Amino acid sequence: MKALVAVKRVVDYNVKVRVKADGSDVDIGNVKMSMNPFDEIAVEEAVRLKEAGKVSEIVVVSLGVKQCEETLRTAMAMGADRGILVETEAPLQPLAVAKLLKAVVDKEQPQLVILGKQAIDDDANQTGQMLAALLGWPQGTFASKVVVADSKVDVTREIDGGLETVALKLPAIVTTDLRLNEPRYVKLPNIMAAKKKPLDKTTPADLGVDPAPRLTVLKVAEPAKRSAGVKVASVQELVAKLKNEAKVL
Amino acid sequence: MSYRAPVNDIRFVLNELAGLSEVCALPGNEDTNPELVDAILEEAAKFAEGVLAPINRNGDLHGNTVDNGVVTTAPGFRDAYHQFRDAGWVGMRGPVEYGGQGMPALVTMAVEELWCAANLSFSLCPLLTLGATEALHHHASDELKSIYLPKMISGEWPGTMNLTEPQAGSDLAQVRSKAVPNPTGDGSYLISGQKIFITWGEHDMADNIVHLVLARLPDAPAGVKGISLFVVPKFLVNADGSLGARNDVRCVSLEHKLGIHGSPTCVMSYGDNGNAVGYLVGEANRGLSYMFTMMNHARLGVGVEGMAISERSYQQAVAYARDRVQSRALGSDDASSAAIIKHPDVRRMLMTMRSQIEAQRALTYLTGAALDKAARHPDAAEKQKAQALVNFLIPIVKGWNTEQANEITSLGVQIHGGMGFIEETGAAQHYRDARITSIYEGTTGIQALDLIGRKLASEKGTTAKVLLTEVAATVNKLKAAGDLAVIGDALEAAQEATIKTVDYLLATFDSNPRAAAVGSVPFLKQMGILLGGWQLGRAALIARQKLADGEGDAAFFESKISVARFFAAHQLPQVAALAQTIRFGAESALEIGEELL
Repeated sequence: MKALVAVKRVVDYNVKVRVKADGSDVDIGNVKMSMNPFDEIAVEEAVRLKEAGKVSEIVVVSLGVKQCEETLRTAMAMGADRGILVETEAPLQPLAVAKLLKAVVDKEQPQLVILGKQAIDDDANQTGQMLAALLGWPQGTFASKVVVADSKVDVTREIDGGLETVALKLPAIVTTDLRLNEPRYVKLPNIMAAKKKPLDKTTPADLGVDPAPRLTVLKVAEPAKRSAGVKVASVQELVAKLKNEAKVL
Repeated sequence: MSYRAPVNDIRFVLNELAGLSEVCALPGNEDTNPELVDAILEEAAKFAEGVLAPINRNGDLHGNTVDNGVVTTAPGFRDAYHQFRDAGWVGMRGPVEYGGQGMPALVTMAVEELWCAANLSFSLCPLLTLGATEALHHHASDELKSIYLPKMISGEWPGTMNLTEPQAGSDLAQVRSKAVPNPTGDGSYLISGQKIFITWGEHDMADNIVHLVLARLPDAPAGVKGISLFVVPKFLVNADGSLGARNDVRCVSLEHKLGIHGSPTCVMSYGDNGNAVGYLVGEANRGLSYMFTMMNHARLGVGVEGMAISERSYQQAVAYARDRVQSRALGSDDASSAAIIKHPDVRRMLMTMRSQIEAQRALTYLTGAALDKAARHPDAAEKQKAQALVNFLIPIVKGWNTEQANEITSLGVQIHGGMGFIEETGAAQHYRDARITSIYEGTTGIQALDLIGRKLASEKGTTAKVLLTEVAATVNKLKAAGDLAVIGDALEAAQEATIKTVDYLLATFDSNPRAAAVGSVPFLKQMGILLGGWQLGRAALIARQKLADGEGDAAFFESKISVARFFAAHQLPQVAALAQTIRFGAESALEIGEELL
């Protein structure tokens, strides 16, 4: 069974991003970039399925600028077999990504597509769901456990107030939550080997998809600074303030 | 306190100052390129930050315990070593034909910096394994190599170096351990004697340990020319490669130390029952020269340790200085207390740490690149030049980085104020861990004698003068570079002072060796500061160009210029003072009667 994993190159989780002076976007000019942590979990899960003999080939896909190749190489160092870069300088929104991924899925015909539940830059949490809708496939989102058996996959989902297990017929979409697994540390020989694994490049035009954004960003702003607190003299004063000023009681 | 691998700084030094692309272009390095090195650094950084740094304090707190010859390592070490081994890091520089990755010394050095900074005690185990591997690879028979190298390079069997004995420290001519031909006549030897200060000599992280041991054969001449090198495995190895009987070598006790508590420092006893089987490496009586071929690498490795532990201490000091609020900021209208990073003297201390670390990293990596050129450059003259540079720089990198590590980590404690003296903050661990680096693998005094003797006087100052000419070229560029001229002026003054000391030492070394020796450590420091300042000057010139081209992160390049300016103002002036000491300080050190000391 072939598995396809989508990986996004995002601002590293350790970076504190700053808003550009003109408020148009965040400034990611010279900051460290790395693989979206949820996507790392997706790659790890695919590699574990391959190690367990459930998956025979892992294809990783990334969409965006040329440097996404590095992200694909990281995924291949973790254990993916080959990579596909859909290269574009255009800003990509979830719907465009879902359409592009659908085109790749149509070509590659995987039985399982694993994605991070969201990317830590825009936190949209939409791509997996949109892709499932476009493909007409079942989806198991926010997975904390994935069990592949015969022609189905059982996905345990992290939901409000507990866990829910859904059984999906393959082919299916799975999006990963944090507790699914802990990604491995990459082995040095595998970093070297990843250089030699095949990496194909294509473009949105080749795939027949117009990735133009459908949403317009109006303004990006820092969260309001927290103002200094005040000391209250008594419980009575606190309650009064909560009632009259904060109006939470 | 967490550790963040300074990947951007390392990348800058590798690519802009040390010439990584030239190293990648050397024959045999074709598989390496800057992009691959980037990927390796990123993954090594994750490992150092995520696995090694978190158990650093465990090593300090719990140390190792020994019970009837069995050493138990601190919590987390065994598991971390297994992860480290399985990830293939041990064999990074190991020869490809025995399963290593054959990476250049320069690249390996960058990764070693991360291991050392994250967990100095831990890093010593793979570092010594690398040294032992190199000794065997260069000098052992094919048979010994095929038995031991694959397992050592995979990290399954770590290696140790057994040189020191109670009476034989810096002076290895005093080695007394014995080796006699095995009466079984199988060509092996029986080793007996006691070795001390054996780092990672015994532990619970691996199935076998491969000891390299210096000992004397029965008919050996006295002194350094009668010492041979033997492989003595903890477990004998059967013909099929499986482990056989437990060899007659055991850890008798562990030393109680000032620092690096996570690393077991063992007293090893060989042949208590007359049956410690060893195998001769190479030829008889050549052991010490075999050791010296890799001692150079080991010394460079300790230079990396000094720089790395300073970086760790610096990171912790900056974090504390940002966090600790105390007293109003000088000259501020705001009466409320400020983070201490705003206080001028704290800034001075942080910059003293930072600028020296950056200078050391540049000089150390430059040496690493020269090591690769010396090993693989196709042009014989270039190769020889690179080897001379390596030989000259190693005592400086080892001595200067580690002497300053003591001062830098001390500043790390100082910035913490009273809390720095309290163990819980962790600043004190770096200070204690750093202390050994200027002692082992040859004390600073030994490095300095090596520098003025074998490295300076014996070649009549050739390499020193080549370096001084290169410094002068950078001086000229700096003086023509507008606001960088101030760095050029300081570097020029330091260069001129150093010319005088070189001349003085060359003139004095033969006629008055005792006087020259008094100036040896000051000369080593002087060279460190001068060459470090030279590298920072180069960095400033490159940063200025990048800024002019509008390339990359402007704040990063501006910080490189600030660091170079600080070093020029605070460190380079010391060169002239050291020159005075070297040239005029000998008599006062030697005249006082020994009994009056």
